[in-house]
Amino acid sequence: MHVLEFEGVGFSFRDVPILREVSFAVSPGEFVALIGPNGAGKSTLVRLAAGFLRPQRGRIRLFGRPPQAWRQRELARLMALVPQGAFLPPTYTVWESVLLGRTPYLGFLGWASAQDNRIAREALQQVGGAHLAERLVGELSGGERQRVLLARALAQQPRLLLLDEPTTHLDIHHQVSVLALLSEVCAGGVAVLAVLHDLNLASTFADRVVLLCDGRLLADGPPAEVLRHELLAPAYGNSLKIFPRPDDGGRPAVLPNPERA
Amino acid sequence: MASAISSPRAGRRPRERLAALSCGLLALPAVAALAAAWGPAEIPPLAVAKLCWSQLAGGTTSASWPSSWPLILFQIRLPRVVLGGLVGMTLAIAGATYQALFRNPLADPYLIGVSSGASLGATLATYFTWRFSWGGLNAISLAAFAGALLATAAIYFLARVGGRTPVTVLILAGVALGAICNAGTTFLIFAAKDAFQSMHAITWIMGSLALADWDRARAILPYLLVGLGVIGWHAHTLNVLQLDEEQAQALGVAVERSKRLLIIAASLATAAVVSVSGVIGFVGLIVPHVVRMLWGPDHRFLLPMSALVGAVALILADGVARNVFAPRELPLGVVTALVGAPFFLHLLRRQKREVF
Repeated sequence: MHVLEFEGVGFSFRDVPILREVSFAVSPGEFVALIGPNGAGKSTLVRLAAGFLRPQRGRIRLFGRPPQAWRQRELARLMALVPQGAFLPPTYTVWESVLLGRTPYLGFLGWASAQDNRIAREALQQVGGAHLAERLVGELSGGERQRVLLARALAQQPRLLLLDEPTTHLDIHHQVSVLALLSEVCAGGVAVLAVLHDLNLASTFADRVVLLCDGRLLADGPPAEVLRHELLAPAYGNSLKIFPRPDDGGRPAVLPNPERA
Repeated sequence: MASAISSPRAGRRPRERLAALSCGLLALPAVAALAAAWGPAEIPPLAVAKLCWSQLAGGTTSASWPSSWPLILFQIRLPRVVLGGLVGMTLAIAGATYQALFRNPLADPYLIGVSSGASLGATLATYFTWRFSWGGLNAISLAAFAGALLATAAIYFLARVGGRTPVTVLILAGVALGAICNAGTTFLIFAAKDAFQSMHAITWIMGSLALADWDRARAILPYLLVGLGVIGWHAHTLNVLQLDEEQAQALGVAVERSKRLLIIAASLATAAVVSVSGVIGFVGLIVPHVVRMLWGPDHRFLLPMSALVGAVALILADGVARNVFAPRELPLGVVTALVGAPFFLHLLRRQKREVF
């Protein structure tokens, strides 16, 4: 069974079409990268999947039901979201912020159990943030904040992780470690749908790449099938050069093309 | 390492919070006894404690004090102190709730005009001598509740800009709304002197506990239990609502439903205290602020601690209002404004470094 399913989904904002006829599905344990140029509709797709927006055409199924049919608390145990550039209250400590991920599990009056504490602690350790626990969120760098958001999502113990550009603000080392962590989470059976701007990260880590352009789904398949010049050129123009990587089973590497810039 | 993680910052360790709550719980009866002792007829604080003890023990008539003391204490001072404690507690919790709901550290039932709305409602009911009642609420309480709810709704729609409530818009809208309501209240008092003769007219505008008695304290108790109970039940929800609404929803909070419920609960509690004490400003602003600065923003602690500090603060302020110019009484709102408004200005000035 699919974790997330889009069937002919169309969405317009004030009569401006954002998404048209989008169909794809995500299975458990799959790492799907959502790529596309600016304004392609990637963030809208994520917000539709999370249930913040309703599609005007087609249908969306989250764990077999429309997102709106779930009780909020039940859904938060199945699906976690790492929004793009999300606001975090600056006077919360990192620990308090990560513990918010346990909200859908908390019992009487919202007190965290020993188990909640343990799971949140493990999540913070997983993103390499254990040393940040006591810091105030307002004192963090952009990359550290991003890791706090990721730890909070992991603390929800979801079966589907939605991430909107989880690697912005991160240096290349942290980009790689965050995506390696996501692959690891996937190996445990969690489905990941991540908006990625960096085509090489998508190529290296994703099982499948979904290419979105002008609200249409242009391609959906393994990185080697989607990251090809004839598919990327209509979306990104002619300014790319693509090579197979000899060290990584021929996964494509995407570089800027100086001649066509 | 584990202990370092679960006990993050100064003031936020469970042990420190427990100690603070215990101090508050001990300070409250002590301050109440001192305030009950303070007045034109001197009753030593120790005698207050003894009188209360003998009353609890079954009203043994001991001749070790003047016969007027029990009357003064139980019919005049204690109801006033108890009502003051309830009002202070409620204003502090309502303030903390509005601050959390508006995600704005300067929200306060007085500054956003909710108290004035409640006051106008109560004055209207008095002016037209409305007599209806519903669900055990009398006309004055119902009208105050309607006024508070309308004012909250008005502020909510006036001051929201793109899902946030900017400080300047919130305060300006609150001041304007408060001015409209206060004008209405003042006009009603002006138009009908007779209807208000039994009341201290100024009560409704500047706040006072001069009308305190046991009946009033008993009358508001159910609304406080319901209103504050709902808020306390949602303490962790208030923590989550400090994020934006989509994040709160993704963490499992039914955002719109919770907000509606909390707004109604805070308005109900505010209206109940306004209907017995009038408009008392700044308590709801300062108390949660100080508590948050010292012990962090977790509402599961912030709400009960604010309740204790608010009760103590208002009992003290009322002691000052009663006694400094005795036998004349200063409106309680004057005392809280004299202390609170400078603090408010100080907060406005340091808005750049946000404390929320």
